[in-house]
Amino acid sequence: MLLTTTAALMLLQQAPAEGTDWYAEFGVEVKERDPVTGEFLIDPYPMSNANAGATPYDSARLVEAFGGRTGIRRIAERTVELSEADPRIAAIFASHDMVRLKRTLSEQFCYLLGAGCDYSGRDMRAAHAEMGVTRADMNALVENLQDAMREAGVPFPAQNRLLAKLAPMSREVVTR
Amino acid sequence: MMLLLAPALAFTSATAAALEPAPQIAFALGLDAEPEAAPSSIHRPSLPLDTAPTQRAIAPLSDVTALDDEGGRIGKVDVLAGGKLLLTNGVTTVEGSSGGGLARWATIGGRQMAGGLGLSAHATTIVLPDFGWRSYGMLLGLGDRVELSIARADFDTRDVGALLGIGQGYTFNLETAGAKLRLAGDVVYGETWLPQIAIGLEHKRSRDGALVRALGAAEASGTDYTISATKLLLAQSLLVNGTLRYTKANELGLLGFGSANAGYRVEFEGSLGYQLSRRAVIGAEYRTKPDNLGLGDDDWMDIFAAYALTRHLTVTAAYVDLGSIATISDQRGGFLSAQVAF
Repeated sequence: MLLTTTAALMLLQQAPAEGTDWYAEFGVEVKERDPVTGEFLIDPYPMSNANAGATPYDSARLVEAFGGRTGIRRIAERTVELSEADPRIAAIFASHDMVRLKRTLSEQFCYLLGAGCDYSGRDMRAAHAEMGVTRADMNALVENLQDAMREAGVPFPAQNRLLAKLAPMSREVVTR
Repeated sequence: MMLLLAPALAFTSATAAALEPAPQIAFALGLDAEPEAAPSSIHRPSLPLDTAPTQRAIAPLSDVTALDDEGGRIGKVDVLAGGKLLLTNGVTTVEGSSGGGLARWATIGGRQMAGGLGLSAHATTIVLPDFGWRSYGMLLGLGDRVELSIARADFDTRDVGALLGIGQGYTFNLETAGAKLRLAGDVVYGETWLPQIAIGLEHKRSRDGALVRALGAAEASGTDYTISATKLLLAQSLLVNGTLRYTKANELGLLGFGSANAGYRVEFEGSLGYQLSRRAVIGAEYRTKPDNLGLGDDDWMDIFAAYALTRHLTVTAAYVDLGSIATISDQRGGFLSAQVAF
């Protein structure tokens, strides 16, 4: 009986109208990527180097230890790649713009290490709002950053100098 | 993939215009075929959705990862799930607390994070010219807040026992139960100027009550009160610790507590460590001690190296100078300790 009713109902179904916007029907939000940079477009916000969350070093030796701007960018990108592949924290990264993160993280490291970049990202509180990052997540990210720096041959004391700038930011990043 | 429900006849406009109309067979795609391109009024991004991060996020843990960070959950508590950075749980002191080899630190033992439960166990041996020390114990870490520990120490007098008239190889025993509460700060994170600060106590009981009283100690048991501050100064790769201990223990309590005319005093324990890598730290410690019995009880010091072989296993080796013990001077020797932490 049920089967017959179901079958009848299915036969009575109207075909959906041509050109139905299924994304709209199901409330799918589509984020658009910038065709040039490949980043998602986001609402404008006030940009400032103060958003980087700490004052920069002024040491040519330190910049050299990180392999200059190129080395710093590679380390930042590698940190993001390792974290995306890290089962402990991959879920945090899954819904975020990795193209943009690689750029802003690289700018932040470059600025803090005094390699002469400007930081164009949001401040740490805004950038991590609603992510629900725990201190264990932050530890996992620190380990991935340490792996990336070690792969790049950055001496350990220099690695720690970058971490010294990032560690106090836990107040803004860790929210639970 | 279901293809081809029914062949249909179709005419292309080009052939229709130029040639005699000729039937052509086309194939209509099946149910799960791609829909026709949407009308131009609906805009769609040209780049495909990147599903790789989602795939990785929902992928099961690999064998390696599963072994690395195991643990489970009981209710809302992470049990033995780990999460701490290497060495930030410290090693274990001779009294069973998280710290350096000799000095108590403000760190909370075990590898657990806030809301988690961790366990740690240790065994330590010290070889001196005239004495031998053995200690072992367990520690329970509750979140980033509380540490509870128990330890037992055996102090072998070897030939000195006969010399002192207490018997060849007489062994003093000391039991310690400790508690520590973190009040503020974090050893790694937060403000650079704010160290991790913890208060605590260590209740100790000598198993040789009659003997230590005969040696002049007022009591066979006593309690130490401590306040510690510990910080890893990342910019310098330096770990700095200072502890004040309010105590009346003679040789940590092995020789009882206080004497007829001496009681509680404030003593100091300091540690300085240099981080060579994530896994390795070298450093030195100094610990002042009272001399209630007038036996020439000296301050202790050591130079140590600690290495985290795995996330769970840390070994510490040190050269220790314990000065004079029970009137026998120049007690310098080797210290070896292993800690297993979850």
